[in-house]
Amino acid sequence: MNGPGIIKTIAKRELLAYFSSPVAYVFIVIFLLLNGFFTFMVGGFFERGEASLANSFFMWQPWFYLFLVPAVGMRLWAEERRVGTLELLLTMPIAPWEAIVGKFIASWLFLGLALLLTFPVVLTVNYLGSPDNGVIFAAYVGSWLMAGAYLAVSCITSAITRSQVVSFIISVVACLFLILAGFPPVINLLQSLTNNWQWLVDVITSFSVITHFEGFQKGVLDSRDIIFFLSVIGFSLFTTSVILRTHRTS
Amino acid sequence: MIKVENLTKIFGTKRAVDGVSFTVGRGEVLGFLGPNGAGKSTTMRMLTGFLPPSSGKVTVGGYDLAEHPIPAKRLLGYLPESAPAYTDMTVYGFLDFAAEIRGLRGDAKKSAINRVVDLCFLKSVLHQNVDTLSKGYRHRTCFAQSIIHDPDILVLDEPTDGLDPNQKHEIRQLIRKMGETKAIIFSTHILEEVDAVCTRAMIIDRGKMVANGTPEELRRKSEWAGAVTLRVHGVAATAVQEKLNHLRAAKKIMTATNGNRVTVTVFPRTAGDGDLTREVIEATNGWQVEELRTEEGRLDEVFRSMTMPDTAGKEAKP
Repeated sequence: MNGPGIIKTIAKRELLAYFSSPVAYVFIVIFLLLNGFFTFMVGGFFERGEASLANSFFMWQPWFYLFLVPAVGMRLWAEERRVGTLELLLTMPIAPWEAIVGKFIASWLFLGLALLLTFPVVLTVNYLGSPDNGVIFAAYVGSWLMAGAYLAVSCITSAITRSQVVSFIISVVACLFLILAGFPPVINLLQSLTNNWQWLVDVITSFSVITHFEGFQKGVLDSRDIIFFLSVIGFSLFTTSVILRTHRTS
Repeated sequence: MIKVENLTKIFGTKRAVDGVSFTVGRGEVLGFLGPNGAGKSTTMRMLTGFLPPSSGKVTVGGYDLAEHPIPAKRLLGYLPESAPAYTDMTVYGFLDFAAEIRGLRGDAKKSAINRVVDLCFLKSVLHQNVDTLSKGYRHRTCFAQSIIHDPDILVLDEPTDGLDPNQKHEIRQLIRKMGETKAIIFSTHILEEVDAVCTRAMIIDRGKMVANGTPEELRRKSEWAGAVTLRVHGVAATAVQEKLNHLRAAKKIMTATNGNRVTVTVFPRTAGDGDLTREVIEATNGWQVEELRTEEGRLDEVFRSMTMPDTAGKEAKP
């Protein structure tokens, strides 16, 4: 069997596993509730009177993902190691990267599904006004890419340990760094600490998902932002494969 | 089918497997024996490509496992020691996944699943979730997974562990039957299994191979091999001892008295040449012999003598 076939088989199994346990439903419900609450109550969607979702809806997502994506990603490898199915999976005629990519894609599709289920917000804003749907589409793409970057980081932390809890905590901390590096108060602090060495501040902020997500929120599909998210994903998945290999050799 | 050369695995400072070499061909069932922690599971994990060896080489069906892992793994079926299975799937879902990842599709997949469900008696739990299964069923589910693609080579780590006596019997029958056309390596610490199933047995202790041969050959290494046991009536124990102790082929004797019956076992100097039996029969001329038999040798005794640190006469490793 060829690579894509194997990846599809693994991704299918992983997706089925999400939906055969309550995890998937709990996650989707909480994600939608949080989105609704923050958009309408905290974000003041109605009070703003803007035909846009940028400031009321999308701005919260980096923070939701901070807790929700590690919850989706924490079981990916930790569970395989705990139950021992890793031994089964890696003695099957597949390359380890196929398993890593397959599992990642399954979780990413799942996050995409949860994101798509927020469509009533789009319907609402279209009913009330006439927003630029191109901007909304770009922001959705950006949001999904950002979720993928968080998820890939969770893959690494999940491969490190057989405990899902440990995996969750480490990946929240790692993702928090990805957010805070571009958070205005942190940027100000960095500037004062580094004596306004702008290049250093720029290097650090360039790792922030927020900086790269901003473009998408404005409706700009900048190839640099897309490449940023894809390279975080690629690098993290590569690191995952190194960690899995190291476990077996040591 | 499978060839292992000088396989070594080092964990930190411990040599878990130390220079093990063997081959298994089609039609052979190799029993892998050894005390707990001897390196059986580590060896099997290296054979199946889960653990990379520290040194040494594994060749599976002509493919070097390190260089061409995927074609080599296609030929293998593997039952890990803990018999893991995805707990969030049904038995059917799990087997369906195993079949698909082995490249089976459509009707071929369906018939493969049906075949292993019949072989492993899983029909009654087919649509049950794996985490609700009893240990025996879970074990058989994982076993079913290992044979779903009808592999040429089977590596089974304690395949009868946790099964009830009937299930053990069924699985042994199955292994023996499949062993006619496949190369099978299985580990166990149940010695009867070696007799029941194996064409060849290997004993491994502290990472090193200490014996390799057919069950008969191994048994012949026992001091019981070729020993003659007889029970006589109405002869004094001392007289029996006196006479049998002086036989040329006898190494030592063991006597037990029960009323006026004496049971005596005479151990041979060299096993298997029949001299001892002849001499014993000559010596007993005129006695009332109620029973006389030649022992075949005992595997458990061979196993103990080869794996016990004090009697094996080997240096203890640091």
